[in-house]
Amino acid sequence: MRKIIAIILLFILSFAVLSSISKIPFGISKTKVGKYYINNGIEQTGAVNIVTSVVLNYRGMDTLGEVTVLFIGAIGLMAILSTITRKTEKKLTPSSSILSTGCKFLFPFILLFGSYIFLNGHLSPGGGFQGGAIIASAFLLKYLGCYEKRINEKKFKVAESLGGLVFILIGISGLIAGGYFLFNFLPKGTAGTLLSGGIIPIIYIAIGFKVGAEISGIIDNLMEES
Amino acid sequence: MNFLFNNIYYIGSFGLIFIGLFILMTKHNLIKMIIGLNIMDTGINLLFITIGYVRKATAPIFSKPDLNPQNMVDPVVQALILTAIVIGLAVLAMALSLSIRIYQFYGTLDIRKIKEQKW
Amino acid sequence: MIFVITFLVFVMLASAIFACISIDLLNAVIASGLVSLITAILFYTLQAPDVAMAEASIGAALVTAIFVITIRRTERKE
Repeated sequence: MRKIIAIILLFILSFAVLSSISKIPFGISKTKVGKYYINNGIEQTGAVNIVTSVVLNYRGMDTLGEVTVLFIGAIGLMAILSTITRKTEKKLTPSSSILSTGCKFLFPFILLFGSYIFLNGHLSPGGGFQGGAIIASAFLLKYLGCYEKRINEKKFKVAESLGGLVFILIGISGLIAGGYFLFNFLPKGTAGTLLSGGIIPIIYIAIGFKVGAEISGIIDNLMEES
Repeated sequence: MNFLFNNIYYIGSFGLIFIGLFILMTKHNLIKMIIGLNIMDTGINLLFITIGYVRKATAPIFSKPDLNPQNMVDPVVQALILTAIVIGLAVLAMALSLSIRIYQFYGTLDIRKIKEQKW
Repeated sequence: MIFVITFLVFVMLASAIFACISIDLLNAVIASGLVSLITAILFYTLQAPDVAMAEASIGAALVTAIFVITIRRTERKE
């Protein structure tokens, strides 16, 4: 009965949505602001990847809000799960030597790949969020493979706080140097080389460390005492 | 058949959104409902990227100097969705931790058996 | 190319329906991970490599891992 009502409601909703979405054509350029960013992006920001220049330079304030939302999510998860009474430690079977050796061998390479992704965020596809997620997946591999290794929580908190602090300090120094928050005050350089884009690579490095530490902290809090 | 090929991305994204809504309306298990939210989130991301697509265009990255700037897809939509995916992970982790707390307090995940919440 | 995309969209919708009807929650979680993975391929064909990378690393790997950890701490059957 419940399913029948749900299906009828979904049909009514789908008629309403389809009659409105059929006015939007597929595959035609629609917005003017995207054209503006593509035409003027390289001269104004110095980054080759236009998505990066939109995320960090034209809409840098939104990215600060997003990082804040992720931080509040991690803090809320820690606060919700911290009141659970801890059980007695179960005896865990240690992983086999092939598995733990493979994890130890793969761990630095995954870290290297993640840092490559967020260092080249202004030249190629990638950036701080993707690189941070790859670094967090390296720590997830370490949790799954060799279970007795714990991450050092204090060092992770230091890395996370430093990432957020660098972002806000660069924004405020732009406010002092140029007149508005996140002003691109460093020299732009020639487009297409590694040292170009002004403040964009520095902010992406900070975001990479912050996102990697936060998602690793989420996984660490979820896996505790279970 | 031609209609199917022209609108295949819209069909996929609206299929995902409606399947997620159906799970949210009919299921009683909390983790199943959060799976429905995840599927709906993915469908909305696919819908936005589909709206920003331009036919026979390239990605908005000037990796080679001879690319035509007039023939690129919309970068604003991609920046928005890049933000939305990361926020989705934070919201999902928060909801799952709340469901762990509910399971340890009530001993069940069925929302019909959790009576003390009603007031 | 369009035939491959059509096939991928139908596999994606089928795995979403399987995530809806499955009684075992672990199967449903793996099916929703498959939905995210195929969506990453579709993002790449829609000329959005940044979003494809984010979806493949966050949506397909980390979300599935968080769900599996939660199911391990709660119960498995629906």
